[in-house]
Amino acid sequence: MGTYIVRRVIAMIMMLVALSIIVFLMFSALPTNPAALTCGKSCTPQVIAANAKRLGYDQPLYVQYGQFVKGIFVGRTYGSGTATFECPAPCLGYSFFRGEDVTTLIKERLPVTMVEAIGACILWLIIGTLVGILAALRRGRWEDRTAMGLSLIGYSFPTFFIGLILQYFVIFKLKLMDYPSYTPFSTDPVAWLKAFILPWITLALVYAAFYARLTRNQMLDTLGEDYIRTARSKGLSERTVIGKHALRAGLTPIVTAAGLDLAALLGGVVITEYIFNLPGLGQLALRSVIESDLPLITAVVLVAGAFVILANLIVDLLYAVIDPRVRLG
Amino acid sequence: MSAFLEVEDLQVRFRTEDGVVNACDGVSLDVDRGRTLAIVGESGSGKSVTSGAIMGLHNRKRTEIHGSVRLDGEELLTASDARLRELRGKRMAMIFQDPLSSLHPFYKVGRQLVEAALVHQDVSRSDARRRAVDMLKRVGIPNAEHRVDEYPHQLSGGMRQRVMIAMALINDPDLIIADEPTTALDVTVQAQVIDLLKSLQGEFGTAIILITHDLGVVAETADDVAVMYAGRVVERAAVRDLFHDPKMPYTWGLLSSLPRLDEVSADRLKPIPGQPPSLINLPPGCVFRPRCQYHQFVPGNLCDTVRPELDENAPGHYARCHLTVAQKDELAAARLATHAKEGA
Repeated sequence: MGTYIVRRVIAMIMMLVALSIIVFLMFSALPTNPAALTCGKSCTPQVIAANAKRLGYDQPLYVQYGQFVKGIFVGRTYGSGTATFECPAPCLGYSFFRGEDVTTLIKERLPVTMVEAIGACILWLIIGTLVGILAALRRGRWEDRTAMGLSLIGYSFPTFFIGLILQYFVIFKLKLMDYPSYTPFSTDPVAWLKAFILPWITLALVYAAFYARLTRNQMLDTLGEDYIRTARSKGLSERTVIGKHALRAGLTPIVTAAGLDLAALLGGVVITEYIFNLPGLGQLALRSVIESDLPLITAVVLVAGAFVILANLIVDLLYAVIDPRVRLG
Repeated sequence: MSAFLEVEDLQVRFRTEDGVVNACDGVSLDVDRGRTLAIVGESGSGKSVTSGAIMGLHNRKRTEIHGSVRLDGEELLTASDARLRELRGKRMAMIFQDPLSSLHPFYKVGRQLVEAALVHQDVSRSDARRRAVDMLKRVGIPNAEHRVDEYPHQLSGGMRQRVMIAMALINDPDLIIADEPTTALDVTVQAQVIDLLKSLQGEFGTAIILITHDLGVVAETADDVAVMYAGRVVERAAVRDLFHDPKMPYTWGLLSSLPRLDEVSADRLKPIPGQPPSLINLPPGCVFRPRCQYHQFVPGNLCDTVRPELDENAPGHYARCHLTVAQKDELAAARLATHAKEGA
């Protein structure tokens, strides 16, 4: 187990390095000149050239990459002379467009996305598995058909549709709440919570639909297993048979799916954050693309990738804990 | 006096999209304490459906079950779910074919045994655990104190089946239904498991229903045999009578498809030609008629139109066939004669 984790962590680091190189190369190949973003309207070719030199964009790519990596571990210094500014480690870059260092930007946004994603995940796991279990136990009856029909609808609608519909009805039509604006928890916890309610429901509905179907299929598979028949033949109550024997085996794959889905969301929930005006990573990513803010895009992609890679490791380790047949090595 | 387990005219039907499956059509059996009844037949002949019906394991909403199953005089088919749960595992227990898939992969074997004990016995968890270790020792698992904390996948196939047997026996049931208990095991392990069942039966006086398609196991273990075909019992007799004087063409076919070590034979084994009928549209007369080579000896088209009853051909020997006893004896003698000639 120990060596397995070490091996996986090494593989994970290599994967991150590869990811960072690819992202770095991809954005360097873009026609946008990053130095042009530093001066806005006052740009002249001379200023751009001077800035490119000052910021190191005239250096070969591998040098630029080396500086980028160095920045992550020990920080880096941009410019020289009086225009010097420090970007302390972990420095993921500096957004000239915004005049802020990327690490700070991400640090501000990440908690919002985390609360959004984790809250939604809890909600969809509860709804999805409960509906799925119910559908499996009532297989073929109206409860099952209704649940599966609804989940097909939920699954088919894109996030922006569900989000906008919710927004329209809850805020504009029924006036159940004001249009929420994000407020930090420390300022006003109630307003903070309100800002998350609709994003949570939106995400949870989309994912719960998928999880309900997944859970139903898993449960049906499990209920047909020989060991369920054994459990019944022992004289166990139906509650124990389903609540312990079937759920334990049936819900295991749900853990994997949830871990990976959650990780993908942590990298930014672009559409939902945009609709509900949540200042999370997704919104930051979207803005950075619109603004061609290359250092910021690079950093956001890297952070998102790191979450997915890390989640894979965690899910694999968790699986070994849940399923005794899985031996890591 | 009535037998410990009596099954009378048991009918089990499943509704499927293709039609109603008559999985079990008028099965009557009985078995007493300390005795072993073997049910033989090929796949889909209704052996496992019968055992499932006895245990009350079929979903009552999706299955139509008629007839009567009495355990120690108590009718099971009309018993409540709660009552059946009380009986399952306590008075009647079951051993399944594939011990790997029949044990829960996520729970330690000890836990699965303890759980079986705790449902039916008013004992503490630690007592139940002691009993579990005891049972594991009883069924011949070495190092039971350690094995009890292992998961099913850490045990060998034979060990796993021993665990299944220990689990079935943990509440001292009066009836054990063993559904192909040795099919998934190596031949050497098969013999061990059968020996184990026999010796435990001697010790506890359990009634055993052994479901198998292995006639070798039947000859070794059973006291009585019921041969099933297409959901019906087609022949029932004491094991000696069945092997020495079978009274039904299907049984003849089964026996001659058996390899024998005591005879030198240049021939290949003789399979029974044809396929068992679909249980959805059973032929109106004898279910074995399409594969039977002897129907021309029966006058008229009796075999096509009239369903033969399970008649007593000899004391305690029942067969479902329109041939007369005299005809059967004659045909059987002729069969043996050709068999001997071919062997020579």
